[in-house]
Amino acid sequence: MIKLIDVSKVYHTSTGRAVVLDHVNMTIERGEKVGILGRNGAGKSTLVRLLGGVEPPTSGDIRWSMSISWPLAFGGAFQSSLTGLDNLRFICRIYGVDYRDKIGYVDDFSELGRYLHEPVKTYSSGMRARLAFAISMVIEFDCFLIDEVVAVGDQRFQEKCQYELFEKRADRSFIIVSHDSNYIRDHCTKIGVIADGYLSLFDNADAAYQHYNDVNQPN
Amino acid sequence: MIILYERASTGLGRLMRSLAIQKRVIYALLMREALTRYGRHNIGVFWLFVEPMTFTLGVTLLWTATGASHGSQLPIAAFALTGYSSVLLWRNMPGRCIHAIEPNASLLYHRNVRIIDIYLARIILEGMGATSSFVVLTLIFHFLNVIDLPEDVFKIIIGWSLLAWFGASLALALGTLSERSEIVEKIWHPGSYLLFPLSGAAFMLSAMPADFQNAVKWLPMVHCTEYIREGYFGSKVTSIYDLQYVVIFNVVLTLLGLSQLKIVANRVTPG
Repeated sequence: MIKLIDVSKVYHTSTGRAVVLDHVNMTIERGEKVGILGRNGAGKSTLVRLLGGVEPPTSGDIRWSMSISWPLAFGGAFQSSLTGLDNLRFICRIYGVDYRDKIGYVDDFSELGRYLHEPVKTYSSGMRARLAFAISMVIEFDCFLIDEVVAVGDQRFQEKCQYELFEKRADRSFIIVSHDSNYIRDHCTKIGVIADGYLSLFDNADAAYQHYNDVNQPN
Repeated sequence: MIILYERASTGLGRLMRSLAIQKRVIYALLMREALTRYGRHNIGVFWLFVEPMTFTLGVTLLWTATGASHGSQLPIAAFALTGYSSVLLWRNMPGRCIHAIEPNASLLYHRNVRIIDIYLARIILEGMGATSSFVVLTLIFHFLNVIDLPEDVFKIIIGWSLLAWFGASLALALGTLSERSEIVEKIWHPGSYLLFPLSGAAFMLSAMPADFQNAVKWLPMVHCTEYIREGYFGSKVTSIYDLQYVVIFNVVLTLLGLSQLKIVANRVTPG
């Protein structure tokens, strides 16, 4: 379970205090699939960082009783002058996993072939994303954090990702942040909408989208 | 913040586990940093100590050629070797830690990676480079009959360790402060150049006028360098030092660095 209790996040900007999250309460149970909706700049990424425990809240408490992944398919932490394999080694070392057992899987899944031994800076964005997704699957977590839809590669590759995540890991929790209403509708049983610092929770997609459209109506 | 699943064990067990994680993370960062900086081409990670070696070698040759006066009867090569190696030890660590977080901020998405680990990995890497360069050059110079081996290795280890501690705490303090203000980097560049001739690398304190002695005695690296030279040359030199002062200075600087670390850790956003 992950529990957010009265969590607020305030950033100090040159024009004063910006309250990004205002007394947010939320519980994510083991196996639960939670979608997060919100416009650009509404605070989705801030919420992701707080849930991931990589940034402390300004006030309130976050309690984890399950492990949570880094934002899935996130390639930002790649060192681009190093090879795909070097980056895999690095992640494995951080999480205390023997990388030698994982090379076969990553090679197979990412379909990078000999490019696995080339610097990441020579990759296309699709190749980077494929590597990032494959590496994300190497470390096991109780809860996976998905920031923006994993729209990686072609149709077949997407189906492979889909299978890895939602079928092989159906027992895990997911937190999905996305603009794609169909993706959230298909996978989530609980949906949170962030607007003006507040988080409203819904257990049905239609109600969530109704609220999302209401609060984001142009005046 | 409370982390329930890590709370399940006893205090000692928890400490041991987080130490194990930190060791792993620092090792991973170290390998990543070394590979990124030196690559796999030509001599690869050997650059780690070949790079500082070429510095020391260059300075040694320069001082030998110009017959630089240093106020003692020591062979100039041995003098340059002990002096310049010491400079590299305390000067490179801060250089690598200033603005070290921004290019690595995205690593913080991996929860095990903390800011202190990024600093420690860089500090250890620089320490390893400067130390191995010093040792290898000593052996090479000895092999070429340019200098004798040190008289008291233990004293050198003590002096070298204190100097490394000074470098590390300075690196932590300047590294964290540089996240808060751009000025730190701008001051460090001229500052480190100006400190070099005052750091004891190019003189023995006993040969200097009293006023100068009293002024540079505030600098901890002067005491360390003097002590390292006493270890190296023993009775052939008169060293002036106060190691207690160095320890106190280092403790204060370390505490300053750690206090800044706490502030910066709350400010940095993984990007």
